[in-house]
Amino acid sequence: MGQLMLGLVNGSFYAVLSLGLAVIFGMLNIINFAHGALYMMGAFLAWMGLEYLGIGYWQALVLAPLTVGVFGIVIERTMLQWLYKLDHLYGLLLTFGLALVIEGLFTNGYGVSGQPYSIPAELSGGFNLGFMFLPHYRGWVILASLAVCFGTWFGIEKTRLGAYLRAATENPKLTQAFGINVPLMVMLTYGFGAALAGFAGVLAAPVIQVSPLMGSHLIITVFAVVVIGGMGSILGSILTGLGLGVIEGITNLLYPAASATVVFVIMAIVLLVRPAGLFGKEQ
Amino acid sequence: MKHKLLCVAIAAALIPAAPAVLAQAKPAAMKLSDNMVKIGVLTDMSGVYSDLGGQGAVTAVQMAIDDFKAQYKPKFKIEMVYADHQNKADVGSNKAREWYDTQGVDMVTDLLNSGVALAVAKVTQEKKRVVMVVGAGSTRLTDQDCTPNTVHYAYDTYSLANVAGKAIVKNGGDTWFFLTADYAFGQSLEKDTSDVVKANGGKVLGSVRHPLNASDFSSYLLQAQASKAKIIGLANAGGDTINAIKAASEFGITKTQHLAGLLMFITDIHALGLQTTQGMLLTSGFYWDKDDATRKFAKRYFDKTKRMPTMVQAGDYSAVTTYLKAVVAAGTDDAAAVMKKMKETPINDFFAKNGTIRVDGRMIHDMYLMQVKKPSESKYPWDYYDIKSVVPGNEAYQPLSVSHCSLVKK
Repeated sequence: MGQLMLGLVNGSFYAVLSLGLAVIFGMLNIINFAHGALYMMGAFLAWMGLEYLGIGYWQALVLAPLTVGVFGIVIERTMLQWLYKLDHLYGLLLTFGLALVIEGLFTNGYGVSGQPYSIPAELSGGFNLGFMFLPHYRGWVILASLAVCFGTWFGIEKTRLGAYLRAATENPKLTQAFGINVPLMVMLTYGFGAALAGFAGVLAAPVIQVSPLMGSHLIITVFAVVVIGGMGSILGSILTGLGLGVIEGITNLLYPAASATVVFVIMAIVLLVRPAGLFGKEQ
Repeated sequence: MKHKLLCVAIAAALIPAAPAVLAQAKPAAMKLSDNMVKIGVLTDMSGVYSDLGGQGAVTAVQMAIDDFKAQYKPKFKIEMVYADHQNKADVGSNKAREWYDTQGVDMVTDLLNSGVALAVAKVTQEKKRVVMVVGAGSTRLTDQDCTPNTVHYAYDTYSLANVAGKAIVKNGGDTWFFLTADYAFGQSLEKDTSDVVKANGGKVLGSVRHPLNASDFSSYLLQAQASKAKIIGLANAGGDTINAIKAASEFGITKTQHLAGLLMFITDIHALGLQTTQGMLLTSGFYWDKDDATRKFAKRYFDKTKRMPTMVQAGDYSAVTTYLKAVVAAGTDDAAAVMKKMKETPINDFFAKNGTIRVDGRMIHDMYLMQVKKPSESKYPWDYYDIKSVVPGNEAYQPLSVSHCSLVKK
């Protein structure tokens, strides 16, 4: 029972991260390998804010994702926008290279041991649930991620803006002909995806050591989540993220040695049975 | 009797030859392959252990070479190359092979990962060069997998277990549960610590093995908590130890159970802060603030890197200096001759007092039991440890009497 709960916490991180990836892939057709680095940047910005400017956790939760989002927009405007018409591979290589550069810069500046970032005072301590001790902070992580995930899903699937966005990706020329500024939409989407990664980074900062490597440890698993959920499927990535977190938690208990691989075993099986992923649409 | 006679005869035959050998050893007649001594630093440049060695190790080795040149003015060239072993045994051993075969590297050092170090030791033996392992911890390097070409320099899992492990059991921590990094180093450390715990009357209640670079430790810690062991032994290192300690304090586990970081480096303490780590007992072979000599080295190192040296980085400096001195004394960079010289000559520098390299390759030197200071006791940056006791090398390391090393005559 306790392990399930912990799995849900990890699943929340997977969900928010894979959601950002799914949004970017679904709307822009870019496989964003820089996502892990953006996540790391979010965490680092939170730490830097506290260390150099005295900005607390709650402000960081808003400011860091915004900064990462702006950074994402700069990347999109200066580099990514030239790649949409080319093969996926170009976007993948560019973002992978960017990830290496960003991580390298942070490693150079701060080393890999990481920086301490403590849990905000309001959320220290925990509930005793009887079967386990749940730190307040972990509970907050679940709530915050679910709220963000739901908000994103709602925004894209149920609002007018979301409809424009989906139209812009479906048929950019026609959408533009209706007077909608497609490049602007695309730019904002990438910025939003990046901001989601930054948000996950701030959420993670008090839980795991803020280190330049934190993103690269996680990104491969998150990609597996996106593939299992179905590339580009928003609901799929949220549900798969949570589900896989729980499965990983159970594996940790039953056979810890397999916890690092279980996600990939599932990915292989899903790809064999449903190549488009659990929630993906066959093309 | 017959054997004895034979030995005497051989010895008698060799004695007249000995002065000739010594005469050749004069600096003017150095016998060097390619008239150069080349040292390879094989380390983790960007991964989870790169703060323990990494760029800092490269800096320390360069300092050692520069200092050696300035002090001894050798007539031969000394060069350094470095590479990233990425904590992968195949990457490390391929790099070492390439260095030995094509670049004329004479000695490889640092090696932050036991899996890598064991693989490189094999290649080194095959190519008849020298490997001085500083960063990796597995006792296998000088026990069942010892080679005539290996020196294991700064510490090993046995000494970690034997110093801090013993002290913790004696202070009442007699039931243990292990969180173990699932590879050669973690397994070695768990086994050695379990042996020490049991030998001192304690009990091991269980263990859980996690993959290297596990991102989340909460589920393992919950299992440790359920075991109700008084001590949770962290048989891992670097980022894994840091994340485990962080999660343990978050889940309130540290209120009822104690954590024992079996291999903690000063960079880990720096990353976690004294608030989280205060009071922890740990083993180290080096502390920058021990005496004037260590402070002098540490200050010079700090000026270059803006960090204090870890046990590994200081050990790299000392190992390279020891090696270069042995090359000069032996008059050659031939591995067998240099190894013989190193094993004969005591090591005296800021790192080791009367250190000796044993027949199995283990460098024996004093180890320290440290306690992490309270935040209020720390007076200046990096003022983190109290030295609780000094454990003499011959007590800290595994005695030769129980060694499985084929070089040890029983």
